[in-house]
Amino acid sequence: MSTIASQSWFMTARLLRGTVREPLFLIIGLVQPAIWLLIFGQLFYRVTDLQGFGDGRPYLDYLTPGVVVMMALTRGAWSGGNVLEELDHGVLDRFLVSPVSRAALIAGHLCQQAITIMAQAVLVLGLALAMGARFAGGPVGALVLLLAAILMVLAVGSLSMSFALVIRRSQSLTAVIQFVLLPLVFLSSAFMDQSLAAGWIRTIARFNPIDWAVLAGRSALAEHPDWQLIGTRLLWLAVLAALCALVAVRSFRSYQRSL
Amino acid sequence: MAHAVTAPPGTGGGERAAALAVRGLAKTYPGGRRALAGVDFEVAAGEVFALLGPNGAGKSTTMRILTTLSRPDAGTATIGGVDVVREPQKARRLIGYVAQRSGVDASGTGRENLTLQGRLHGLSGRTLAARVDALLETVGLTEIADRGTREYSGGTRRKLDIAMGLVHEPRVLFLDEPTTGLDPEVRAEIWEHITGLAGAGALTILLTTHYLEEADRLAGRVAILDRGTIVAQGTPAELKGDLRGDAIHVEVLDPAAAEPARRVLAGLARVREVTVDGVTVRALVEDAAGAVPLVLAALTERGVTASSVAVARPSLDDVYLHYAGRSAKEERA
Ligand SMILES: Nc1ncnc2c1ncn2[C@@H]1O[C@H](COP(=O)(O)OP(=O)(O)O)[C@@H](O)[C@H]1O
Ligand SMILES: [Mg+2]
Repeated sequence: MSTIASQSWFMTARLLRGTVREPLFLIIGLVQPAIWLLIFGQLFYRVTDLQGFGDGRPYLDYLTPGVVVMMALTRGAWSGGNVLEELDHGVLDRFLVSPVSRAALIAGHLCQQAITIMAQAVLVLGLALAMGARFAGGPVGALVLLLAAILMVLAVGSLSMSFALVIRRSQSLTAVIQFVLLPLVFLSSAFMDQSLAAGWIRTIARFNPIDWAVLAGRSALAEHPDWQLIGTRLLWLAVLAALCALVAVRSFRSYQRSL
Repeated sequence: MAHAVTAPPGTGGGERAAALAVRGLAKTYPGGRRALAGVDFEVAAGEVFALLGPNGAGKSTTMRILTTLSRPDAGTATIGGVDVVREPQKARRLIGYVAQRSGVDASGTGRENLTLQGRLHGLSGRTLAARVDALLETVGLTEIADRGTREYSGGTRRKLDIAMGLVHEPRVLFLDEPTTGLDPEVRAEIWEHITGLAGAGALTILLTTHYLEEADRLAGRVAILDRGTIVAQGTPAELKGDLRGDAIHVEVLDPAAAEPARRVLAGLARVREVTVDGVTVRALVEDAAGAVPLVLAALTERGVTASSVAVARPSLDDVYLHYAGRSAKEERA
């Protein structure tokens, strides 16, 4: 076990090193949420006037957890691209000829994603605060949001890596991400209160993991968090992330068998 | 070291055990592409063995199966008695692999790449640091070890690849086209490294190449792989000796004259296996010294001007031509 843990850490450290040396992706990953905060924050700040919207907090406060979760989603979704690159450059093969644990190869990617999403989320929360958002839930609420974002990145990252390992074409990955990501975000309460959405959207949102993460994070940052809601949604997210990680390990095996 | 290379089971006894035994290896890729159709060979401990063959012959597929990256449909392969399909983890401790395409991680430095590979093999601490330093020195990368590998040239990256294949002191080293695409000077340097490794005696090397010269220079024994089967194997000398007679090379000035020249040679008695390669026409003859005047006379008679007619012992190229039915240079073109 400790071997797997240390091997996972070597892989994580390698990937983090790459991220730090070439921070372009990290920066792009931050510019996007900043733009969402700015534009959506300004565009829709009056929606809170609508009857039945939210719990009376300003729209920026409402929006921030949605933006953090969306950032996690995007980050996870593109992670398959890193695996494809390793595959194309023969780096993966070089790992596979060593007796390294196969699980550690996946775990390294997941850890790296979890760590970078934490850093990004902290920066986005800071930016939101600077723009005037107020989070009554305080540090505990922020931690819950971070946890939700991490579970999100683990689940989506696993799926994206699985897709990359099975399909092995970056164009297909891009197509799927562009086709699936945004609609799923809008089928959640990330930007809009579900009580104001059509019935069918509300039904879908209930099963939408993005909504689980947003609800948990948003409630935790409120003045009176609904711990039951937070607990159940985090639990569902954790189960989902575990299932997706299993899928990733299976895909890895099937990739190896296909060679 | 936990993974020190100790004698694996099945290699006891006094006689020199095969470091590598391959039997009936067959592989068809998903999609129906048959890459290997029953390959057999054995490599003794300490030997350098070359798989020679054109593109698509199945060299890399063989390498990938032996290094546990791919699975055969049929047949077995053992490394020091360890079956690569049944005990891949055990096999991985015994082998080093330099893939056809480099496995260098572009985001890291040379030292980082090498150190990570050592870690994955369970090395750590001072043992690892010392080995990394020594290997960097051996392949001449000490000065640029801490630079990003993005700045490395193709040859430098290849040397790093080789160092990575050696960091855990494997028993068998697999080199898949180690010098393809490199400058002649770098190629010579890498040959020197390989010769050095082989000279130390402890390491068994399996290399693939489509450069005949490379196989001739480096390998004690050669197998010619063509379309997934081994069509000939033996020492370079044996393979050349299998071809009775001498090789005769006729060069013409004008490529357009090559075909008429080929027809002239093909029409002569006791001249076999006539082929054209650019402005060179090659053939095998029983008695080259006696054949030269006849060849010259026949060419003059048909009005074909030869710029030179040379006689040589058959080269590995002639061997290749004989077994694979085409010239290696033709393949590369
Ligand atoms: N991953 C793969 N999927 C399908 N076909 C493959 C794959 N790899 C190699 N092949 C095919 O198998 C044959 C042997 O390839 P390879 O072993 O790479 O030959 P070599 O290394 O001698 O050039 C070729 O026809 C090649 O196109
Ligand atoms: Mg090849």
